Amino acid sequence: MSELKKVSSNPHIRSKVTTSSIMLAVVVALLPAAGFGIYNFGLDALILIAVTVATTVITEYTYEKFMGKDITIGDYSAVVTGLLLGLNLPSTAPWWIGAVGGVFAILVVKMLFGGLGQNFMNPALAGRCFLLISFTSIMTNFDCDAYTGATPLAALKNGESVNVLDMVIGRTSGTIGETSMIAIVIGACFLVLLGVIDLRISGSYILSFIVFLCLFGGHGMDAAYISAHLAGGGLMLGAFFMATDYVTRPITKAGQYVFGILLGCLTGIFRLFGPSAEGVSYAIIIGNLLTPLIEKATLPKAFGTKGGKRA
Amino acid sequence: MANNGGSSYKSNSATERLYNGLVKENPTFVLMLGMCPTLAVTTSAVNGLGMGLTTMVVLALSNMIISLLRNIIPDKVRIPAFIVVIASFVTMVELLLEGFLPALYDALGLYIPLIVVNCIILGRAESYASKNPVIPSLFDGIGMGLGFSFALTCIGAVRELVGAGEIFGLHIMPDGYVPCAIFIMAPGAFFVLAGLTALQNKIRIQGEKKGKDMSKIQSGCSEDCMNCGEKGCSHRFYGASDGNGGETGKSSGRQGQAGKDGKGRG
Repeated sequence: MSELKKVSSNPHIRSKVTTSSIMLAVVVALLPAAGFGIYNFGLDALILIAVTVATTVITEYTYEKFMGKDITIGDYSAVVTGLLLGLNLPSTAPWWIGAVGGVFAILVVKMLFGGLGQNFMNPALAGRCFLLISFTSIMTNFDCDAYTGATPLAALKNGESVNVLDMVIGRTSGTIGETSMIAIVIGACFLVLLGVIDLRISGSYILSFIVFLCLFGGHGMDAAYISAHLAGGGLMLGAFFMATDYVTRPITKAGQYVFGILLGCLTGIFRLFGPSAEGVSYAIIIGNLLTPLIEKATLPKAFGTKGGKRA
Repeated sequence: MANNGGSSYKSNSATERLYNGLVKENPTFVLMLGMCPTLAVTTSAVNGLGMGLTTMVVLALSNMIISLLRNIIPDKVRIPAFIVVIASFVTMVELLLEGFLPALYDALGLYIPLIVVNCIILGRAESYASKNPVIPSLFDGIGMGLGFSFALTCIGAVRELVGAGEIFGLHIMPDGYVPCAIFIMAPGAFFVLAGLTALQNKIRIQGEKKGKDMSKIQSGCSEDCMNCGEKGCSHRFYGASDGNGGETGKSSGRQGQAGKDGKGRG
């Protein structure tokens, strides 16, 4: 007996990827968008982002300290939430908007449901929607020093012409992080290359949105119209950084395609037929809520079982 | 009723019934009954109070009448009979409100006729008034109604304070305060109800830790039919008042469970 080697239970090979390394990658990937937002909107944007990040981290720490749980701010997920929330605010918002949104996102949406991995919707988006419903006039005021007037999407909805090149570069009004398509795509490429996200959700989201626009947009296959819709608003930020949130997306491959197509159609419906110009946040939140159903419907068939029945 | 959970109140006395309805078995925060009006009409403290008092009037009167009729109503058709009694009172109250308090009538709208199907009223008729004498039943109705009014006013006040910066229409918050409009919309009702219920649970658990008796006095029954010693209870939840034997064991069992709950959460 003494010759037997002791074999520990699996897993025997551990990946070096940890929650914190993934979250850190997301933070780095968001930096171009954040940097461009600060360059575009000035000091106000920097203060808002700092406030949201600080509030989310402090809220998580305080809650866990108070409740006697392990402190998990080291996994940077609160930083990601704060950063995403900050990028989703207009630069004109007062600092306390960021604080209220950060507390709501972490305390109500994330920690009360059990912390990272247990939240049923994306905390940053839930925080944004909470703010949008509560403080509509503040959250839709995009008149800053640099830009006045409607956001490109609102102008588009009113039938006005927009400068697509400006929208791709980001020289337009909007929330802090959503304006520059280039900066977001750079960050997204970084994440895709690292393997943190794949294009199943983002790709099917964007493609189905394009198809929806072609079918119902009233402009047919007009490339300028479609590219304006793609570059405008939070579509890119949502498709690459928020719809792909590990916790709230479906886990099955087929489910991820369904999820992406659902988001594309919902975003199209909200943008074309809804009262407001933008609908990415609500589309993703509704998609988050349907995630358990999608997962249930797309359970892969286990090898050797018949007809997709659960063993 | 030899033992009513260690309470200092005499079982089924008027004060015990009032205390039970207001605190121990608060219909909103403890029993979680009547959620539809609780969530829908508490957009302001006045609306909450109005809804609570309207319900209290119906509850007290229907409890009284049902208690008077308890030996006449056949068991098999008791629910339709209760509904007829309750609906009559609701119709009366609705017409009176429309005549004398039109502002409140407009604010509560559809939710006044819906008092007919309020589960607090039917619940008290079923579990208390149909088995107990008139005077305790009347006070049970008043106590439950007061508890409901108290809870609705609290929820309404918090929602009005955060969502509009006012309480009972009085401006409370400083001028710079920007109202958080979501609190007077539907989601706010859930946030505030959850928050206040958590607060209530916190108080209960702390009370239990200090050794106070925080168990419910008479919650119908513990729904543990296997260990229930109630005599004469065949299909109803709450046995007749001759159930002396089971009462002690039942309440201690409930306390044990409450203690476990407390530990689990603490």
